[in-house]
Amino acid sequence: MNIFFHFGRYFLLMKRAFGKPEKISIYRDRVFEEMYILGVGSLGIVAIISVFIGAVITIQSAFSFSNPLVPIYAVGVAMRDSMILEFAPTIVSLILAGKIGSSIASEIGTMRVSEQIDALEIMGINSAGFLILPKIIAAVFFNPILTIFSMFLGILGGYIFGLMAGVVTDYEYIYGITYQFIPYDVTYALIKSAVFAFIMASVPAYHGYYTRGGALEVGQSSTKGVVYSFILILAFDLILTQLLLV
Amino acid sequence: MIQINNISKSFKGRNIVSDISFTFETGKTNMIIGESGSGKTTLIRCMVGLNDPDSGDVLFDGRAFYELDFMGKKEIRKDIGMLFQGGALFDSQTVEQNVVFPLSMLTNLSESEKRDRANFCLKRVNLNNANKLYPSELSGGMKKRVAIARAIAVQPKYLFCDEPNSGLDPKTAIVIDNLIKEITEEYMITTIVITHDMNSVIEIGEKIMFIYKGEKWWEGSKEEILQTENKEVCDFVYATKFMKTLKSKFQ
Ligand SMILES: Nc1ncnc2c1ncn2[C@@H]1O[C@H](COP(=O)(O)OP(=O)(O)OP(=O)(O)O)[C@@H](O)[C@H]1O
Ligand SMILES: [Mg+2]
Repeated sequence: MNIFFHFGRYFLLMKRAFGKPEKISIYRDRVFEEMYILGVGSLGIVAIISVFIGAVITIQSAFSFSNPLVPIYAVGVAMRDSMILEFAPTIVSLILAGKIGSSIASEIGTMRVSEQIDALEIMGINSAGFLILPKIIAAVFFNPILTIFSMFLGILGGYIFGLMAGVVTDYEYIYGITYQFIPYDVTYALIKSAVFAFIMASVPAYHGYYTRGGALEVGQSSTKGVVYSFILILAFDLILTQLLLV
Repeated sequence: MIQINNISKSFKGRNIVSDISFTFETGKTNMIIGESGSGKTTLIRCMVGLNDPDSGDVLFDGRAFYELDFMGKKEIRKDIGMLFQGGALFDSQTVEQNVVFPLSMLTNLSESEKRDRANFCLKRVNLNNANKLYPSELSGGMKKRVAIARAIAVQPKYLFCDEPNSGLDPKTAIVIDNLIKEITEEYMITTIVITHDMNSVIEIGEKIMFIYKGEKWWEGSKEEILQTENKEVCDFVYATKFMKTLKSKFQ
């Protein structure tokens, strides 16, 4: 199987997924359902990870900046920038790609091998649109929200644990995180997170949709879906950083 | 009426369906019988476009399916009800939602009309009080019956049933067989039933095609099938001791 085959088939599938919906009202309900599953269902894991990573980044930067020439508020600056530019959009997306990517691939893959997709097709329903489009819309809408959520909690986690560990003071941390703040960084992060959301929903959906065989192959599709999402997210991280920041 | 002309299909160089032509008649239960692995499921999948045949064409009341574009095929599919061999129920939906689903997608009925229609269909397959259960909570035979209810919910013009009564007890199997025959005659639909079960062949079969190793080996009526001398057909029909005893009694 060569890469061009997969690219071609992926784009054809996306073209079908974005075809005209049979019934708008049903698609709308499906989008809300997916938002609940993919978005609301991920709040917990994003919260936990963000708080801890925020704490770790703060404490680590404090140790590496222990040079007396570097002002202590630099900890806040470093913390803010790594959280907003990279951690919240990229790492959170990678974690979510693992979580929701495997569930999307295995859900659609199971529907394929148990002929549920055939059953949809026989009813005259565009199965790609019905199954994949609501997931993409839900992910692209929700991932930026989760990213903002992650930024806040990360910075909050850094603040609380930084103070508890005694590596920064209240004043220095807050001065640091507001020091020369560039609002465009947040826009950049949100654009990234929307693109990553598209990848983490569509790539596993593609692998699930073209599963052949049985339970074993569903597992393999789910692994492939996650691995390729990771690779693509990281590749697009690089591309978007070049395009948007440099 | 569904006409198929010279349908062939191979997988990885192995011929699974070889050059089959047949006419499935309206208002009759047309049956496809044959050994396991003879290509029955593959043939009907080729008829509805779930597998693309290597050659041949399929005419739904004169409309050539494979000459239609995507939208045209979709229109024909809206007239098709299909029971899959494995049921293919939607796991994430309850029994009632499964049956209501095609109604929601394809009709403009109100919620209560849809529910009434679903309950009517579920009753016809002898399923009461299972509306709120999920497919994982059903027995194999119950799944089959829900799948039949879903296939007939939208009142299809063409009904494909892949082994409708495998996994059912003899009593329920007859109920399902008769249901299929009744709706076929009542609504004048073109029904195609795949089966292994000689009982249902005798119960409801009107026009029968016997497939052997992917080829159409024999066709005829149920009266004819009991009299044919064709070796492969006889091996199939009289495979069970029951049928053998029956035959010797008659002779
Ligand atoms: N997608 C596929 N790829 C490769 N081989 C296939 C595929 N689908 C079916 N076959 C092969 O085609 C042959 C016929 O399969 P089919 O499902 O049509 O049989 P069947 O007559 O319906 O049998 P059964 O009564 O057991 O359901 C089998 O040998 C099977 O291995
Ligand atoms: Mg079969």
